Amino acid sequence: MSDANPQQKVEASAREINAQAASWIERSDREDWDDAGKAALNTWLEESPAHRIAYWRLNGAWGHTDLLGALRPPAREQFAQSGRLSGNFFRMAAALAVIVVLGAGVAFFLSAPEDRVYSTSVGGHESIAFTDGSRIELNTNTRLRARMTTQERVVWLEKGEAYFQVKHDTVHPFIVIAGGHRVTDLGTKFLVRSDSGRLQVAVVQGRVWVDAADKQTPAQSAMLSAGDVATATANTMSVAKGVQRALSNELSWRRGVLIFKHTTLAAAAAEFNRYNQTKLTIADPAAEQLTIDGTFPTGDVHAFTDAVQTVFRLHVQNRGAEILISR
Amino acid sequence: MAERPEINESGASGACMSASDLEAWFLREIFPLESILMHFLQQSWRNKSEIEDLRQEVYVRVYEAARKEVPAQPKAFLLRTARNLLINRVRREHVVPIEAVADLDALGAAIEVPGPDRNVIARDLLRRLQTALDRLPPRCREVVVLRRIEGLSRPEIAARMGISQDTVSEHLANGIAVLANTLYGDIAVLGERA
Repeated sequence: MSDANPQQKVEASAREINAQAASWIERSDREDWDDAGKAALNTWLEESPAHRIAYWRLNGAWGHTDLLGALRPPAREQFAQSGRLSGNFFRMAAALAVIVVLGAGVAFFLSAPEDRVYSTSVGGHESIAFTDGSRIELNTNTRLRARMTTQERVVWLEKGEAYFQVKHDTVHPFIVIAGGHRVTDLGTKFLVRSDSGRLQVAVVQGRVWVDAADKQTPAQSAMLSAGDVATATANTMSVAKGVQRALSNELSWRRGVLIFKHTTLAAAAAEFNRYNQTKLTIADPAAEQLTIDGTFPTGDVHAFTDAVQTVFRLHVQNRGAEILISR
Repeated sequence: MAERPEINESGASGACMSASDLEAWFLREIFPLESILMHFLQQSWRNKSEIEDLRQEVYVRVYEAARKEVPAQPKAFLLRTARNLLINRVRREHVVPIEAVADLDALGAAIEVPGPDRNVIARDLLRRLQTALDRLPPRCREVVVLRRIEGLSRPEIAARMGISQDTVSEHLANGIAVLANTLYGDIAVLGERA
């Protein structure tokens, strides 16, 4: 760096500040990023406007790399899978054949006084730690009731999606009831999502047992191990084995991002709509079937619409609570 | 995406933009103009090794001004700020020969030239992204692709590439800095020279 005028160099060189900002962004993107890190970053940002600006600038550019996924030649991949395009969303989710049968929905139980209700609004993300050492993370628009006593550990997932990290206890199994099914933990981390009559259980670690919540329902049960995903409706269930890769996509909301792989715009829009009050509508059947790859912040609809506008040259109209995407 | 911590502005009145508004404004209005700014600085300033520092100083000045009042015409304001900065430096620092600035009057004209509209910038962005990615060193590019496209975590990338997590971090930080330059300002040539 030439430094002909030292008296002018009140700031560190731009290059140095940029390197520091880049390193902060990298650090804040790690799994072990914590409050101490945030505090240290804040201190650094407060030190000078140049720090803030460098951080904003690099963070903004890094955010744009969401578009990178779209750069991979989709034509070739679509060609290789021609005829299966409309099934892309489900392939991404779990590589499952899904039979849509709307059933009885959520089982009804009388609330006991020790039950506690936890919920998140659209775009929300909450983590609850229980005294037994178990943790539950609630994704967007989720509501669950938990009965955590010394006698029993039962959670009713009334709507939405939650990630369970269970402290195993053979005497008091941890049970999740959702979508007419009962998920019994056998020492594990797993994800349960319940919406529109469809239940999905994905196991990250350990094993779970899935069966019907009440005895009247025709018997359907399955043992799931790490990497397995079960999809069930009131009276159907199918299991995909070892879809580890897709699973980390499914869990991406815990990091605040949505990951799309050959996802149709229709499915991607539906995912965004789970997290945002501003709803995406795709007003064109052909556009709905276009597929997209990429990683997006759950709350950043505009990163998505920018990508759609840029890559597919679709029209994006902001209409207040609705964003209309058309050709 | 990296998390954005809350920044508390002391004594900010209702008329001022909050730090997050200011950030959004920079991202929306200022950074997309960086290639224009860089072009202007490169045309106007002889000592190329100072361009990055000049850019930083322009941004800080725009920031200070925008905190008090948001400029109605960001592009004109940005270029005027850059121009004033160069003029002041020429006047103040006798070590800089006056010829360093090409033609101060001509700079006024540049400000009036309409810039590309948003849509063009957005389309251009994709091309720039591709270019930016291509320009990264191979290992660095691989790390960035695994992180941003495949969505792998740092430990997963380290395991797959057979490198340490610290090396993954180095590649990522380097990638973050280089990508921003190519995306916004395209100063690769400058970077090679400095």
